Amino acid sequence: MSGRLSPRLLRSLLPPLSLAALLIAIFWLQPRTMSYFGLNLLLNLAIPIALATIAQMFILCVNELDLSIGGFVSLVACITATWLHDTPLLGIAALAGLIAAYAALGALIHLRNLPSIVVTLGMSFVWLGLAVLVLPTPGGNAPEYIRTLMTLKPAYIPFPIIASVVIALVVHVGLMRSAHGTVLRGAGGNPRSLECAGWSLLKIKMGMFALAGFFGVLSGMALVGLTTSADANIALRYTLLSIAGVILGGGEFVGGRVSPIGAVIGAITLALAGSFLSFLRLNPDWQIGAQGAILIIVLALRVLIGRAEARK
Amino acid sequence: MTGVATLIRQPWLWAWVGALVVWLATAVFTGGKGSGEVLSAAMTFGAFFVIVALGQMFVITLGPGNVDLSIPACMTLAGTVAMKSMDGASAMIPVGLLLALVIGAGVGTLNYSLIRLLRIPPIIATLSSSFIFQSAAIWWNRGLRVKPPEALADFTTAKIAGVPVIALFVVVLAILGHVLLTRTIYGRGVVAIGQNMRAAHLAGVKVERIRAATYIMCATLAGLCGYLLAAFSGGAALNMGEEYLLSSIAVVVIGGTSVAGGFANVPGLWGASLFLFLLVTMLNTFGAGAGVRLVLTGLIIIGVIVAASGGKART
Amino acid sequence: MNETVPIVLLDGVEKSFGAVRALTGVTLELRAGECLGLVGHNGAGKSTLMNVLSGNLAADTGRIEVAGADITGRLTPQNAAAHGVRCVYQELSLCPNLTVAENARILHPSIAGIGWRGAARRLIGEKLDEVFPGHGISTDDIVGDLSIARRQMVEIARAFAVTTAEARVVILDEPTSSLDAVAAKKLLDHVRHYVKTGGTCVLISHLLGEILGTSDRIAVMRDGGVVALDRASAFDRNSLVKAMGSVADAEQDRSAESVAIRDTAPVVVQAMPKTVETIALAAHKGEVVGLAGLSGQGQTELLVRVFDHASGTKVAGEVALVAGDRQTDGIFPLWSIAENIAIGSLRQFLKGIFLDHAAARRFADGWRGRIGIRTPDIDQPILSLSGGNQQKALFARALGSTAKIIVMDDPMRGVDIGTKQEVYGMIREEAAKGRTFLWYTTEMDELRNCDHVYVFREGAIVADLRRRDMTEERVLHASFRSDA
Repeated sequence: MSGRLSPRLLRSLLPPLSLAALLIAIFWLQPRTMSYFGLNLLLNLAIPIALATIAQMFILCVNELDLSIGGFVSLVACITATWLHDTPLLGIAALAGLIAAYAALGALIHLRNLPSIVVTLGMSFVWLGLAVLVLPTPGGNAPEYIRTLMTLKPAYIPFPIIASVVIALVVHVGLMRSAHGTVLRGAGGNPRSLECAGWSLLKIKMGMFALAGFFGVLSGMALVGLTTSADANIALRYTLLSIAGVILGGGEFVGGRVSPIGAVIGAITLALAGSFLSFLRLNPDWQIGAQGAILIIVLALRVLIGRAEARK
Repeated sequence: MTGVATLIRQPWLWAWVGALVVWLATAVFTGGKGSGEVLSAAMTFGAFFVIVALGQMFVITLGPGNVDLSIPACMTLAGTVAMKSMDGASAMIPVGLLLALVIGAGVGTLNYSLIRLLRIPPIIATLSSSFIFQSAAIWWNRGLRVKPPEALADFTTAKIAGVPVIALFVVVLAILGHVLLTRTIYGRGVVAIGQNMRAAHLAGVKVERIRAATYIMCATLAGLCGYLLAAFSGGAALNMGEEYLLSSIAVVVIGGTSVAGGFANVPGLWGASLFLFLLVTMLNTFGAGAGVRLVLTGLIIIGVIVAASGGKART
Repeated sequence: MNETVPIVLLDGVEKSFGAVRALTGVTLELRAGECLGLVGHNGAGKSTLMNVLSGNLAADTGRIEVAGADITGRLTPQNAAAHGVRCVYQELSLCPNLTVAENARILHPSIAGIGWRGAARRLIGEKLDEVFPGHGISTDDIVGDLSIARRQMVEIARAFAVTTAEARVVILDEPTSSLDAVAAKKLLDHVRHYVKTGGTCVLISHLLGEILGTSDRIAVMRDGGVVALDRASAFDRNSLVKAMGSVADAEQDRSAESVAIRDTAPVVVQAMPKTVETIALAAHKGEVVGLAGLSGQGQTELLVRVFDHASGTKVAGEVALVAGDRQTDGIFPLWSIAENIAIGSLRQFLKGIFLDHAAARRFADGWRGRIGIRTPDIDQPILSLSGGNQQKALFARALGSTAKIIVMDDPMRGVDIGTKQEVYGMIREEAAKGRTFLWYTTEMDELRNCDHVYVFREGAIVADLRRRDMTEERVLHASFRSDA
């Protein structure tokens, strides 16, 4: 209670501090990245990852886990690059249907009390299969407006930074500041108490899954906007990246403790980890490994902070 | 008639029935042509599934939240390191095997230490460690594809009277797994922990020792599978473990093991492995593309879990 | 306020859990502008009664009226809240991941829209200031970061807070259990203020001073029924304790024997609770040592530490545990009766490195006979047994092991009287053979089977009673804090 850094503050500062440390290291190694175009290149691919991480965060917030988000984003990318480009109405209907499917998954998991890991595991096959059906060979075209949006060059501040800030703030206001968001998070913290107070857990779970589906759709569309074409395997690694991103951003597996701002920061940190290594002239083989190592280091730091907290 | 009644209640039965039905459907479609070859292929590929699923089964049986996501990375790492150090020399076969097993055991030890020391859920522990192992494999491999020693490759493709030797080998392994699960203090402990960890501790089960052993065994089996699979497919590839992540879990669940823990069986693993492979073959013969195959696989996994949850209520 | 019309009327309310009758026809009325004190020993039915009133449990029979409206059978937590019934539970019902203000929002759906956060802060902040002046809680604190006492304050303030929904009846279940004396005083003052303005309060507490000083009327419960109900001024501490206690049955005198064990047999267990000022526990070989006191005063923790041979305990030899909370600590629900019994003694059935299932089954079947588990077939699932018989299986698990020390965590919860007598006999028999028992129980009758009794309160041992010195009154007096 004194003026010193409280462990909780320290813990919430951990994600931004890790990101800052990584950025400083990158700037120091490669000063040229400290420019408009440098940052643009560096952070571009972080946008779809951040969106997928936000999607995963909604699921984790109600104590579930989504092992299918990577396949889902791939499917969305395939639909975006084909149907949404060729026959926009069909594309929009398909994407809306996917969001509804996510809500239905939430209902199924809640009503039958199923382990979300296995259900979403099965769904990852389904999404991937549908993606292959929609786009059997890599290709397709990004709809022009998405392409334009993703390659915007606003003055002074690179687009990826603006986009990340907007994503983080919108979700922060919606989930952390609004009256409804409070109820959604409460469902992760103490579901029984929510039920006693008259809220419907079924609706909450469906809502959270629908939100996850919505952000998964945004992630797939953003990805296609950057890559201009899609393939069925394009985003499979997002499943693991998104879980890691939420955890890195200070989220926890149970108890509804998540942070949208942290999740976006975590996603960017993971996306940057690879670039950092290549600037270090370390072997690019260790790119994924660095993501794992960062995750373990941050979790270890969190355990240390937790110990300090317990000692108080 | 109690024999029939008992049989009907066996959790592994449905996977076997499914495998048989799918095989027969394929045979009818092709007029019986090539059915033998299909079966033989199913036994070979099924064998690889069973090796990793055996370890995954013990892990999943430990209870909710327990699952090993590092299996593919561990397979790849063990496969690459073993192939490279053997460098095609038959004399090095035992050394390669030992290396693969040691790497597996090391992976498992690290996984368990992360779970224990960082007090993080096994999913995130095995996930983050898998990133590192995957990188290690890429770094070690350097894009080279080292051919396995000929004798080893021959072993993995050899057949006795049409039955793949590797399938026979894995049947023996599965029997050992079955005995381990049902006839040892360790196996009883795993099942007890999966039902209720606190009650298991208070009943005198050495909970942490058993959890450590389980994660180490699972990764060691993954290492073994990586070694054999690399030998079978003419060298280690970086994506060789990919499909084993989801499949290992799917085989365990379809095989009748409870995903909530505390209930497991080994025969179902073989049934489910054969079923999954034969299903893909059947859809291939019917002319279905990769997309339809994946969608059906996914829906079947979900269908099985929904059906299983309706069967018995857990409180 | 019309004094004659009761705000809540409970008429002949009954509730059973399996074979156990938790409420045996309770008739009680609550009037506007009064505080009703509710006292009784553990398991007397206080919490069950309040759970029925707040809609968490459905009564089996009986009529419930709130403010003149008959809502029997339609009582859900939401409905109860709509009728102005609020409850502060012993186990906290706040969301630990939300702030104080956000938790207020959860309970008051009418706080919404732009500026909801300010409204929630004002609502809970003003109520906290009113009930607990100088509480030191910020409405933006995350609840999980607050101390237990402060969480309790938030929980209480949230229940008293009024938005569009009225707070007509506030049930306080052990509200001061985690508050210090100053905060408890503030709360009780607020309760008086609240009833003066026409509210109704039910106060459940084991601190008799609190009950006597705050209530207008006091109801005493025992064995699921109200056994005494009168104006608070008609009771004093002693008469309350007397009313709560069960009628002492004729007891056989075993004190001489007990003294002999204490004086001659070696000590096999020494343990001390983790609290500062406390008595140490010692158990001698062949002794049955009772751990008494109200429930949740640190008895279970001590037993588990003895079981774990944790630091701070000296335990000579293996320990087996008999769980009382069968579902969470005891049974393996997917296993058969035989498997549940054998798990405690697997080493006995090893043949080489393999388990001999036939031997394990014979062993379990033997115990079925010895301990009288009522089942035709021990291969039946454990859940096919009644609670009492499940408990016998857990006894068989522990007694069948090679452990010489057995710790029992209130093992007779929900067990019928016949089973109890059988098990008492078995415990005495095993003790005579040299086994040592640590027996945590909340029931007086069971303490009479012990050679020595330690009374727990708030995590510490506060009384060390020899068998011949132990009376129900002494145990009760030690269990309730004397300064309150």
